[in-house]
Amino acid sequence: MTEALEATIRNFVVQNFLYGDQTRPLGNDDSFLETGIVDSTGILELVGFLEKECGLTVLDTEIVPDHFDSIARLARYVHRKKNGNVHAG
Amino acid sequence: MQVEAFLEQTADRLPDKVALICQGARFTYRQIAAQSRRLAITLRARGLRRGDRVAIFLDSSVEAVVAVFGALMADAVFVMIHAATKPDKLAFLLNDCRAAALIAHGRFGHLGAQAAALPPTLRQVIWVGAGAAPSGASSTLAMRWEEAIAPSLEGAAFTKEAIDIDLATIIYTSGSTGFPKGVMMTHLSVVTAATSITQYLENVEDDIILNSLPLSFDYGLYQVLMAFKVGATLVLEKSFTYPQLILERLGSEHVTGFPLVPTMLAMLIKTQNFSGAHFPHLRYFTNTAAALPPAHIAGLRERFPGTRIYSMYGLTECKRVAYLPPDQIDRRPTSVGKAIPNTEVYIVNAAGGRARVGEIGELVVRGAHVMCGYWERPEETARALRSGPLPGERVLHTGDLFKMDDEGFLYFVGRKDDIIKTRGEKVSPKEVEAVLYRMPEVLEAAVLGVPDAVLGEAIRAVIVPVAGATLTAQTVLRHCAQHLEDFMVPKSVEFRTALPKTTTGKIARREIQTGERALSLLESAP
Repeated sequence: MTEALEATIRNFVVQNFLYGDQTRPLGNDDSFLETGIVDSTGILELVGFLEKECGLTVLDTEIVPDHFDSIARLARYVHRKKNGNVHAG
Repeated sequence: MQVEAFLEQTADRLPDKVALICQGARFTYRQIAAQSRRLAITLRARGLRRGDRVAIFLDSSVEAVVAVFGALMADAVFVMIHAATKPDKLAFLLNDCRAAALIAHGRFGHLGAQAAALPPTLRQVIWVGAGAAPSGASSTLAMRWEEAIAPSLEGAAFTKEAIDIDLATIIYTSGSTGFPKGVMMTHLSVVTAATSITQYLENVEDDIILNSLPLSFDYGLYQVLMAFKVGATLVLEKSFTYPQLILERLGSEHVTGFPLVPTMLAMLIKTQNFSGAHFPHLRYFTNTAAALPPAHIAGLRERFPGTRIYSMYGLTECKRVAYLPPDQIDRRPTSVGKAIPNTEVYIVNAAGGRARVGEIGELVVRGAHVMCGYWERPEETARALRSGPLPGERVLHTGDLFKMDDEGFLYFVGRKDDIIKTRGEKVSPKEVEAVLYRMPEVLEAAVLGVPDAVLGEAIRAVIVPVAGATLTAQTVLRHCAQHLEDFMVPKSVEFRTALPKTTTGKIARREIQTGERALSLLESAP
């Protein structure tokens, strides 16, 4: 479940923020902040993607590094959100 | 007065006051001053001389702040480099300013190695944090940050020689030629600008200023300088990537001053908890880099009735030019106001005379904050700096078109050149086009800005591919992302079979963009 989710998110991140560049190393735990891959407008694109692809409603207060700052964190967030276990950051 | 005195004098006066809050850590003026002094001692001990350039390739951090003041205390000239800079541009910048020292995050170690053409002038590299092992030219003295600011250095001395008409910093800005050019600012220019701005913002020791703008951007850098000048506290954030994080910090640190660019406000205004009720300590917002849309000003006024909004205008070449007194913002939301204290401005029409009320012309700036030129670019310097009223004086021709109303308030109309303003950053179309032309499939390329609700202008690449070549938008964007800072990467790519040309056969960039560009200018006019 989480692995499939991580693969979906990874695909979005690579296509949209790395423009399909598969050569650039990007670990599931790599921080978007530290690597500078995603900026604030990119975060909004990620929100749009999660809402459309995963059918979530993302609250403003949930858009925080704990939920958004790596592929693995995003996957965990989506997973918990679907199970109703998310507390705003 | 020299810029490092901002720190030194405050550290004498308020040694135990918190100067900087960064990543959850708090640093007093005494700590920042001591670390800066030790860094200066290290730089000098390893051969740095008065006027040498120290390149600082760090993201916003305590080390970046210490590096700025350490370089100044060593009588050197600091050069901030945007943390997203790619290897070839890093090499260009280091060579262009002939850096003698580089202070970089270890994370960028691989870039240093890739930047094959490091300048022969580079004699020392100081690596901050974990990451790549020190590398670089064999003659380069590499060391770690902890050694460079080691407490054991305390007490060592060197003779300070710099005076206030020496350079304090070179700030790189996009040039219309496609190559970044270094704006040379003396100590006197920086002190003049910081004094004027802190005067009209009425900054005091009790201020707590939150900066999320990069320090390679003069607007971000001056937040540090001005906070230290008045003895305020600076909350330094690495980026604006997570607006919710910034809002949390605004509240928990009781922030009183919050510098913005329009893109930040466009994102914040969508957030429900962004209102005065949540941030009762917030005394002022500032905005510069591009005009705020009147609808966002109205939204901000409604949500923060007790907070002042300063609309400002400036350019790196003199830091700041004008500000609108906050009590005027409801009456003239599209004006950037009048000249800042200790500055004179006027508008010159096409005939070279002073413009009449309402007549459009180029804005000219007089003051001690005007740059002393572009580093080793005499032709571009001659175009920007021209004779002023006094013998030997030079005034700044901004390249920005303005008009003035009958009460002397200024209105930005447009630029004389094609520089794009996106996310508050200036982008030279030629710099992006030069990268596009490195793709063998590109026959012709033109880069332009199209209106965008969040970015101000979004960058669009218009490309004519070589006959028979297969080129996709994604391939183009990937190539751009490998060679350009993120804010310079186009947001859209359009393929065409031909581009309009001038009579001399050059691509007529302005003709491609006529429709949308003209509309955006009309909307922003008063």
